[in-house]
Amino acid sequence: MRCFNPVETLEGDRLDELKLERLRSTVDRLYERVPFYRDKLDAVEYRPGDIKSLKDLESLPFTTKDDLRDNYPFGLFAVPMRDIVRIHASSGTTGKSTVVGYTAGDIQVWADLVARTIVAAGGDRDDVVHVSYGYGLFTGGLGLHYGAEKLGATALPMSGGNTKRQVRMMVDFGSTILCCTPSYALNIAEVMREMGISRDSIKLKAAILGAEPWSDEMRRQIEEELRISAHDIYGLSEVVGPGVSIECEEKKGLHVFEDSFIPEIIDPGSGKVLPPGERGELVFTNINKEGLALIRYRTRDISRLFPEPCACGRTHTRMERVTGRTDDMLIIRGVNVFPSQVEIVLMQIPGLSPHYQLVVDRVENLDVLEVQVEMSAEVFSDEIKQLEVLEKRIRDEVQSYLGVGVKVRLMEPRSIQRSEGKAVRVIDKRKI
Amino acid sequence: MKVRQVSVFLENKKGRLYEVCKRLAEEEVNIRALSIAETADYGVLRLIVNDPGKAMRVMSEGGFTVSETEVIAVEVPDVPGGLFKVLAPLYDANVNIEYLYCFVEKSGESAIVVFRVEQLDEAIRALRDGGYTVMREEDVYRI
Repeated sequence: MRCFNPVETLEGDRLDELKLERLRSTVDRLYERVPFYRDKLDAVEYRPGDIKSLKDLESLPFTTKDDLRDNYPFGLFAVPMRDIVRIHASSGTTGKSTVVGYTAGDIQVWADLVARTIVAAGGDRDDVVHVSYGYGLFTGGLGLHYGAEKLGATALPMSGGNTKRQVRMMVDFGSTILCCTPSYALNIAEVMREMGISRDSIKLKAAILGAEPWSDEMRRQIEEELRISAHDIYGLSEVVGPGVSIECEEKKGLHVFEDSFIPEIIDPGSGKVLPPGERGELVFTNINKEGLALIRYRTRDISRLFPEPCACGRTHTRMERVTGRTDDMLIIRGVNVFPSQVEIVLMQIPGLSPHYQLVVDRVENLDVLEVQVEMSAEVFSDEIKQLEVLEKRIRDEVQSYLGVGVKVRLMEPRSIQRSEGKAVRVIDKRKI
Repeated sequence: MKVRQVSVFLENKKGRLYEVCKRLAEEEVNIRALSIAETADYGVLRLIVNDPGKAMRVMSEGGFTVSETEVIAVEVPDVPGGLFKVLAPLYDANVNIEYLYCFVEKSGESAIVVFRVEQLDEAIRALRDGGYTVMREEDVYRI
């Protein structure tokens, strides 16, 4: 086992000391500098210096995505804007996006975290890191890019799309580590086959895959088709971006870099911390970030923690691959989709029925989102031509709002299942 | 001169047409003519019936999406070239046909063509001027 940063193998006691010290200074700093946190902490009668042990974290209030939206865009930043050197924002979420800011120091820390993930996937400075995550407000592209440079590897800023060109450059530039969504990795394998490019003409050895849920079955398929080692990476922009956790060569859970984030698993209903090994909602507290640091941020992702030592030698706790969400958010080809967004679009088309359902499936390794809408007398026509115009209008408007392609299916009235209370808006058929 | 056509939205799945016909049968609505236009996911069933108002009510109550459209029914001789000839006056009058369907009258001597056009009045005028009989609504329902 090789590590990028010696802190990854810091013994338990010393790691805990480091965490405690950083937690205390982070919380006290937020109390001083962020009015939102001062109010929240005052409400639980917190006073600076109150954190004596890591256990004290449990008494602190949670932060939610709504808190970020309510303080849009920069309300939760803990430094003046002059110290912010980078902004990122989350992809298509309900209403306002969530905005995050980084200081120059944060960018360095983040790059260090990502460099650790590349090393965990078997990389070093001799590697050519092929980054097919999107570059832009999304943290994926630039996150991996800076990590590759920090490691001293060669970063190849491909961004997404134009798969044939991706394959061509993979051959010409000798890419060794591919970073993208798992479904895109399979897509690349398929395009390679179509182009008649043999596995031997590329030098790929590993892939760092994330930003969408996937299964062991899919991992096997990717590893077989591309003959590489595929590693799950986890992250979310609110906490830092990619680089929160990574699978080492053991592939038995993802190491959470605890010197930067303290993970907790809570019961999403009661908010109580669950014992190690139990599944619940994943919560993170930033303890090594200046620009935007969040206390007990509720990710809505479902996972569990394995504190047992890992054969790889890293001492940082592992989290199970995320198995689901506590809310109805869908991740379609890396884009966050909330059913309520589709609803907003449908409501804007006069006469359309408010009954709809989203069916997600994975066809030939790509996520497919079908929007089912009930036909109402107001928009019905005896002419197929008109119905096709309607279908196209719904499709175009939903696509431009969500930023992800959809199929529209017109349904008979009352054919979409009605439920008592909360409507069943999503049917996820993906076998993950 | 304008005939009321009842259109029903049907998903392409087993038993939907069966369900429509069952309801019409129970309410003793007699189907005079029909056509179905379909896509991969759904179809539109268009019906000429003896009692369009009743058919609309029965279908609505049955939870179907329905609409009523006005179409034209024209009697043409049931001989080779019959349809070809009736299209000429519409062509000359620049009337665009959205769709049409035909059925043969009981006597077997003439066929009836149902036209769906945007410009109904122009179409009726052109057909009459061309010497065709545009059928009266009640005659169509009685066929």
